[in-house]
Amino acid sequence: MGEVAPENEARRLAAQARDRIRFEEEALELADQVYRVARRLVRSREEAEDLVQETYARAFRSWQSYTLGTNLRAWLLRILTNLNIDRGRRQQRAPEVTPLEEGDYFLANKMAEAAGEQALDQERVVERLSQNAVVDALSALPHDFRDVVVLVDIGEFSYADAAQILDIPIGTVMSRLHRGRRLLKQRLAEDAAV
Amino acid sequence: MSLGPCEKCEELLQGYLDRELSEAEVGEAEAHLDGCDYCRRRYKFEANLRMYVRTSSVERMPAGLMEKLAQLRGDAA
Repeated sequence: MGEVAPENEARRLAAQARDRIRFEEEALELADQVYRVARRLVRSREEAEDLVQETYARAFRSWQSYTLGTNLRAWLLRILTNLNIDRGRRQQRAPEVTPLEEGDYFLANKMAEAAGEQALDQERVVERLSQNAVVDALSALPHDFRDVVVLVDIGEFSYADAAQILDIPIGTVMSRLHRGRRLLKQRLAEDAAV
Repeated sequence: MSLGPCEKCEELLQGYLDRELSEAEVGEAEAHLDGCDYCRRRYKFEANLRMYVRTSSVERMPAGLMEKLAQLRGDAA
């Protein structure tokens, strides 16, 4: 202690400052993608904005716990999902999940009947369901299911990354995805039936 | 009804759509899709659904958020 040559210390600090700036710039480049995921995890634009700001405040504070060269987007989203959980949303009771084998196929069948099998292409599906229907159906999903669907389908994370972000086993990611999508389809089918 | 749920490929289909299968499993899934009308229809439908969920969130950041985030830089030294 006290033996560090001042020039070495200066060099170390300069290197650290450079790493920090690089970290901050890389993190900011991902802000749009982080926001997009946040926007579907919470209900309002304001909440999403708050959540993203809290995430970046924490990320910039604890940047040294990020390992350079690892998946920064996953690291940021892990902070974000933890903050979202900390907001006490887990206190809300998730609705009972019903087994939905029939409902699962209901929408597929309904659309096939309505449009003919050949017309089950993306444009027709997109035409048939309003953009809001999907947004509403997503926001109505129980949190546990919404998290995985949003991370995998909107965030385009692998199962492994989603598992790491949410700190749950991969098998749980897969089963929640499956059930979450099922619930989503059920909601959409209900909407389409109205 | 000639088309009925196919339990066997339910799990395979999810992994296939999410690009999570090994090469061997992809081959297995594709071979199955080739021979199963029901699953092929399901596949198209599921692929569309994923696409649709993805495009439901193309919303960009609100104006001004980037500046707010940039202001959070380097405040914790």
